[in-house]
Amino acid sequence: MTFIRKYTLTIILTVLLVVLSVWSIFIGVIDLDLKSILQGDSEQVWLLLVSRLPRLLAILCTGMGMSVAGLIMQQLCMNKFVSPTTGATISAAKLGILIAFAFMPSSTIWSRALFSFAFALLGTWLFVWFIQRIKFKDTIMVPLIGIMFGNVIGGITSFISYHFEMTQALSSWETGHFSMVLRGRYEIVYLVVPLLILAFLFSNHFNIVGMGKDFSSNLGVNYKAVLFMGLTIAAAITASVVVVVGSISYIGLIIPNIVAMFKGDKIRGTLIDTALFGALFVLVCDMLARVIIAPYELPIALIIGIVGSVLYIMMLMRRLKHGRKAVRLASHGGGGCQ
Amino acid sequence: MNVQNLTKKYDGKAVVDTVSFEIPKGKVTSLIGPNGAGKSTVMGMISRLIAKDAGLINFEDKDISKWKSKELAKRLAILTQHNNIQMKLTVKELVAFGRFPYSGSRLNQEDYDIIDQAIAYMELEEFRDRFIDELSGGQRQRAYIAMAIAQDTEYLLLDEPTNNLDIYHATNMMKTVRRLCDELGKTVVLVLHEINYAAFYSDYICAFLDGKIAKFGTVDEVITKETLSEVYKVDFEIMEIAGKPLTIYY
Repeated sequence: MTFIRKYTLTIILTVLLVVLSVWSIFIGVIDLDLKSILQGDSEQVWLLLVSRLPRLLAILCTGMGMSVAGLIMQQLCMNKFVSPTTGATISAAKLGILIAFAFMPSSTIWSRALFSFAFALLGTWLFVWFIQRIKFKDTIMVPLIGIMFGNVIGGITSFISYHFEMTQALSSWETGHFSMVLRGRYEIVYLVVPLLILAFLFSNHFNIVGMGKDFSSNLGVNYKAVLFMGLTIAAAITASVVVVVGSISYIGLIIPNIVAMFKGDKIRGTLIDTALFGALFVLVCDMLARVIIAPYELPIALIIGIVGSVLYIMMLMRRLKHGRKAVRLASHGGGGCQ
Repeated sequence: MNVQNLTKKYDGKAVVDTVSFEIPKGKVTSLIGPNGAGKSTVMGMISRLIAKDAGLINFEDKDISKWKSKELAKRLAILTQHNNIQMKLTVKELVAFGRFPYSGSRLNQEDYDIIDQAIAYMELEEFRDRFIDELSGGQRQRAYIAMAIAQDTEYLLLDEPTNNLDIYHATNMMKTVRRLCDELGKTVVLVLHEINYAAFYSDYICAFLDGKIAKFGTVDEVITKETLSEVYKVDFEIMEIAGKPLTIYY
C-alpha cells in the first residue's frame, strides 16, 4: 500500500504517457490504422518507422532531457528560475550550430552537435562564473542576468547569420519543431538517455552541492567537480536536443518547479517524475500543435511558449505572494551559485 | 588536533597571524573574540573549508591537507551558517546525507538505524517528514546537528551555532553541545559571540584578538577581568553563578 502511495504520481504519469504516446502515433496527415499495420501493409509500416515513431521518440527525449537539464541547473545554482533558457545554454548552443554551419559548410549533424555542445558548455559556464562573482541580493536577478546574457549571445548569432547570409538556416533552429524529425537525422537525441541515467546516478551529489559549498566540503564532496559535471550534463542534453529540434524554451524552467511543489527537492525522488512529466508536457503540446490547424501544423515552440509563459507568470506570482520570505532569505546564502 | 603557525592573509593583510594551539580531545572548546579577530577564519581552515596561507594543521598526526576529503568527513564534521535554506528536503532526507561519506547513495540498514537514532537524539521524530524550509530556525538547527550526529565523527565544529536563535533555542543548543561531548564523547569546537555561553558550557576557551591568540586555557583561566577587557576593549565584571564565571560588560 505504501509502495503505491509513494509512487502514485509516477504511476499516473507513466500510464498517461503510454496512452498518449500510442494515440499520438495515429495523429497526422496520413491516416494510420492499427489493423493494416498488423497485417504488414508496407506503406503504413514504413510511415510508422520513418516518421511517426522517430517523432514520438524525439518528443519523449526532448521532454525528459530538457526538464532534467533544468532540474540539474536549478539545483546546482540554488535558484528556482535558472534553466537552459534563462541560463544562456540554449542560445549558446544555437550559436555553436551556426558557427559550425558558417565555417564548416560540409559539417555533419554530429560535428554540429559537438560545436553546439562546446558552446552550450562555455555559455553556461560563463553565466555561472558571472553569477558566482557577483552575489545577488535577489533571486529574481539571476535569471534576468541570464536572459540578458542569452540575448547578447542571440545578438551575436544574428549578426553572424546576416553576415554569412544564413538567416534562413538559422530560422530552423530559432523556433523548435518536430516536423523535420525523420529516420536518419534525429538519432543524436538518443544521447539524452545515457545522460539521464548519469544524472540519476549522481543525483545525491547534485543535491549536496545544491546545499552549498561548505555543506559539500563537510561531506567530502568535491563542490567544483560536481558543479562542472552537472553543468556538463545539462549542456550536453541541451545541445543534443537543440541540434535536432531547435530551441524549445520553458520546459526546463517550469516542469521541475511544478514537480518540486508536490515532491520536494530530493532529486533521487523527483528525477523520474520530472522526466515523465516533461515528456508528457511536450507530447501534449505537440499533439495540440498537430491538431489545431490540421492538416498543417504549428511549431511546437509556439504552443510551449504560450502555455509556458502563462505558467511561468503564475509561478512568479506565487513566489512573490507566498515566497517573499524565501526570496529575501536567499540573500543569506548568496543569490546564485556560491 | 594540533595547529602550528597558522596564517591567512587577505589582500596582504594577515587576518590570522602565526596562530598555534592544540584542541583538547573529548572536550568543548569555544573560540571567542571581537568581530574580525580571525576566529571564524581559523575555524574555516581547521575544517578545510578555507585554504591556509602558511602553517601546519595536524589532524590525528597527519597534515589535514593530506587527508582525503571523504575520509576526513568520517572524522570531522563542520556546520556553518552558509547553507541553502530554500531547499525542500525533509528532515529525514537531510539527516540521511550525514551517511553519505560512508555509503554514498546506497544506504544500508545500519545507516538507516543511525539516521533514526540521530533524529531521536535531537527529538525530531515528529518533524521527520517535514520540509526543512518550513521549520523554525531552532528546529532547522537541530536538524543540521542531527545530520552531524549521523555523520558519526569524533570532531564536531560549529560556526556560531546560536546565531539567529532566541534565548530558549540558543540555550538548548548549548545544552545539546554539552551532551554531545559528555554522552557521545565528541570533541566539540565552537565559534561563539555570547561569552557567557562560552563560559558556562565550555571546558576550554580560546580568545582571539587581531588575528592572534590573546589567551587559550580553561574557562577560569581565560574568563578574567584583565583578559576580557583587553580582548573586547570594554569594562568587565566577573561574578560567579553555580560555580561558573558569569561576565557582565558595560
